[in-house]
Amino acid sequence: MKQRGILVRDFSHYYGENRSLNNINLDVYRNEILGIIGPARSGKSTFLACLNRLNDLIPGSRVEGKILVDDQDIYGPEVDVVALRRKLGMVFATPVPLPLTIYENIVFGVRLLGNNDRGELDRIVEDSLEKAGLWAEVKDRLHTSALKLSGGQQQRLCIARVLALKPQYIMLDEPTSGLDPISTMKIEDSLRTLKKDYTIILVTNNTKQAARVADRTAFFLMGELVEIDETRVVFTRPSDKRTEAYLEGKFG
Amino acid sequence: MGGQLKLQPRTEQKVIQVFMYLMTSIAVLVLVFILVVILKNGLPQLNLEFLTKNPADMGREGGILSTIVATIFLTFIALLVATPLGVGTAIYLTEYTVESRITRIIRFGAECLAGIPSIIFGLFGFILFVNKLKFGWSILSGGLTLAFMVLPTIIRTSEEAIKAVPPAYRLVSFSLGSTRWQTVTRVVLPSAIPGIVTGVILSIGRSIGETAAVIFTAGSALRMPTSLFSSSRTMSVHFYILAKEGVSMPKAYGTAAVLVISILVINIVTYYLMEKYIKRKS
Repeated sequence: MKQRGILVRDFSHYYGENRSLNNINLDVYRNEILGIIGPARSGKSTFLACLNRLNDLIPGSRVEGKILVDDQDIYGPEVDVVALRRKLGMVFATPVPLPLTIYENIVFGVRLLGNNDRGELDRIVEDSLEKAGLWAEVKDRLHTSALKLSGGQQQRLCIARVLALKPQYIMLDEPTSGLDPISTMKIEDSLRTLKKDYTIILVTNNTKQAARVADRTAFFLMGELVEIDETRVVFTRPSDKRTEAYLEGKFG
Repeated sequence: MGGQLKLQPRTEQKVIQVFMYLMTSIAVLVLVFILVVILKNGLPQLNLEFLTKNPADMGREGGILSTIVATIFLTFIALLVATPLGVGTAIYLTEYTVESRITRIIRFGAECLAGIPSIIFGLFGFILFVNKLKFGWSILSGGLTLAFMVLPTIIRTSEEAIKAVPPAYRLVSFSLGSTRWQTVTRVVLPSAIPGIVTGVILSIGRSIGETAAVIFTAGSALRMPTSLFSSSRTMSVHFYILAKEGVSMPKAYGTAAVLVISILVINIVTYYLMEKYIKRKS
């Protein structure tokens, strides 16, 4: 049973006069990991920013077409953008802990809603860090600065911080691009576990990572969706020559 | 010319080093000279009585308590008004607008404000606050005038401090579901505080030391101020009158010493507190 969570229909995005996404059509199923691969500047990150409307922050950003998240047109007039961003949590390529303690980083989004109940915050912190696979490493220093963590720990902190929002979707934009293989492995492990409760969109410029963790994979090239299919199919029998060439490392 | 005057690279290096060293020494020497002259003449005047008694006989006798109180009140009012205005303007310019003709005009206006001589601010305050708004020569008129005088400093330092906050912090904050205002209050301002405080300290220094703008607006009464509408004399105005009218040079030096020492103390304490704040954050 595949339930559709996100529907993207004839969607294009422009920065001023430049078209960065061209007529994208795709679906994201619930509780899957959708990998998005493609070379630099192919529109992968822009696509994520369009899904939670972070692109609104960029002057000159403009969209055409439709994106439905849980049957709601997210570019419709009565959309609550703040609620949308909580529903689609985002993890960036560079881990960016805010200059606060580990604890305060995790509860940042929870406090924004005015929830300051100590007991509940404690529970959220433990639960989120546990799910992100970081609890054991930091449980004794929750009230020290998050900036002191290693790169890999910081990135798992960022994942935990998103989980604390209780999102339905987690979008990760090349989350392991700056990390060592062991940290990368830990994050990939967490993603496989998280899939049970969340729908995950994973942008990566490491095709092997998509092959390892994604259920389905989409290949973006110069703002276009070249193809999308079961990961196994995309990697063994791609239907488009460009996908094949990219996967073989002929360009990238 | 360059062709004729050729030195060995090593000699050239030496010459330049000595030259730079000289320039720096001159700058430091001027500071040391001022401090030595003022403290040498002023420190002997200082005692508990000087700090706790009001001036008597036009300032020839007694202490300077009323002028210390007036200076504190005036500076306090100036910053109470200028800080929210300045920081608010800086937040508006950096967070709520994109760079445009209007922001450039606002910024240019603030820069021009910074270039206006303080005596002109005095005249402006005299016309607007003392006469038009009928606040008279008073702490209020003086404080408001000083507020407008230090406003550009606070705007500029706050703007620089806010701009130095990494853009990624804002992006993360928005992505975690905060509104723009929440992003400003919970992420941007806490990171920008040290820079903003630096601007406020600079402004305190300027307010305490300002004479021309104050003499026109706060007046020069030697009584202890009793309300916002009291005419009163600040330390720097007191110093100016004592010295210029030849009332009492020793008392003038004593006042100057208190001025210089208090500014030094404010600077040192704030930098110490800032160090602690920054350490605690990271």
